[in-house]
Amino acid sequence: MSLEGKHLSFGYRRKGKVLEGVSLTVAPGERVGLAGPSGQGKTTLCKLLSGYERPRRGEVLLDGRPLQAYRGLCPVQMLWQHPETAVDPLMKLGDTLREGGQVAEGLLEALHIQPAWLNRYPAEPSGGGLQRFCIARALRPGVRYLLCDESTAMLDLITQAQIWQFLLQWAEEHQLGLLIVSHNAALLERLCTRIEML
Amino acid sequence: MEPILEVKELSISFTQYSRGTMQTELPVIRSLSLTVAPGQVVAVVGSSGSGKSLLAHGILGILPYNSHRAGELFFLGQPLTQERMEQVRGKEMVLVPQGVTYLDPLMQVGPQLWKGSRDGTHRKRSRTALARYGLGEEVEGLYPFELSGGMARRVLIATAAMEQPRLVIADEPTPGLDARSARRVLGHFRELAEGGAGVLLITHDLELALTIAHRVAVFYAGETVEEAEASDFAEGRLRHPYTRALWNALPQNGFTPIPGTQPGPGEVGEGCPFAPRCPRQGPECLGKVPYMEWNGGRVRCLHPEGETV
Repeated sequence: MSLEGKHLSFGYRRKGKVLEGVSLTVAPGERVGLAGPSGQGKTTLCKLLSGYERPRRGEVLLDGRPLQAYRGLCPVQMLWQHPETAVDPLMKLGDTLREGGQVAEGLLEALHIQPAWLNRYPAEPSGGGLQRFCIARALRPGVRYLLCDESTAMLDLITQAQIWQFLLQWAEEHQLGLLIVSHNAALLERLCTRIEML
Repeated sequence: MEPILEVKELSISFTQYSRGTMQTELPVIRSLSLTVAPGQVVAVVGSSGSGKSLLAHGILGILPYNSHRAGELFFLGQPLTQERMEQVRGKEMVLVPQGVTYLDPLMQVGPQLWKGSRDGTHRKRSRTALARYGLGEEVEGLYPFELSGGMARRVLIATAAMEQPRLVIADEPTPGLDARSARRVLGHFRELAEGGAGVLLITHDLELALTIAHRVAVFYAGETVEEAEASDFAEGRLRHPYTRALWNALPQNGFTPIPGTQPGPGEVGEGCPFAPRCPRQGPECLGKVPYMEWNGGRVRCLHPEGETV
């Protein structure tokens, strides 16, 4: 039972190499931190693990089965750095949310998302509000791993703490596995059960 | 020593059309006061949407046409009028903007540094400026898209350091950089300050600000709520409940959030904008709150922390 990236290699151009032979495992309920200088492929690794990109070599396994074998909504979801670029600006938030099917019960209340918001467009809520919306969108009933790529770097400290305290509690209750990418060493120290360098 | 920049009760508002031809005033910065002395790094810390970038644009006089500015600004002891802003900006007063998008994408770095002039002195100066930030001559021949995030940031600082500026305004200079590059970039600002310039660092990252700033001004919903020495934070000598909440939300401290969100422009009434989230608030907080000297710093609060010394 785990999300496993095995000997992953990837490059965006034919000759370019972003990742070479990288392996990483996240177990349910585990919180793994991923640190390292800019340009080392942290975001790329997240994209491979959540199925946005296919590795050139190596494989991504979920409970021993290749990630591609899962149909429907991917059980591995990503939480992006810039929430405003992760939603369709011309769709009302409610429609964006319904696109992915059912929302886990009590989630909207727990994230303080007011029902009135769902009738609005993404440009209206603040950055922190929109990131909370993206969390609600990602945490479907079947989702078991959440990859957070610098998800709170642009937010102020209080909003950051609000979001992480919520995610920690949710992860604990639902045995959600978290991969947390950040440049902030103190944040990783606080959040993670294990920290990997890339 | 005479301060380089003095901002007194600055407010900036925008005129917007609400319905048809009905116009409304939307205040974004309400009462902002701060002082930058020579050799000092002053950080303005506030969350996104609190109007931080507008402060920089207001000082440089590059606000959009539908904005309105009130309050007093002094640069080197003289009133800073729109006319004077246009004279000194780019020379004595420079901006280090947020990102590469402020560079011309169709122009090589070199010509942008020379500012249209191709004579020997400009070339020599740009080379020294680049070399100072660890960039070689070959960078002059690159286009902005060929620069990495850290390089672009150093090029932007080099454009600012080309002239001997008295005041450097840096707008969010660190997001997207890893901890080491961020510290290096901030080190460059500290160097500029050690050379006698004043540095105004605008950021949302309290932790990084504290590593280089001498003074910190905390900004909430368009107002400065506190001005403190950087050392006050580590020593626990804070004044405003919002500053306390920020400090407690740091991962290495309590990591405890307070509920609620910052009110947006136009949602703020007459009283303290932080009152709805404040543990120390009372009915008197709905009235006007003065900005006062308190415990070696300044605070805009009726119930600040700490005893007067």
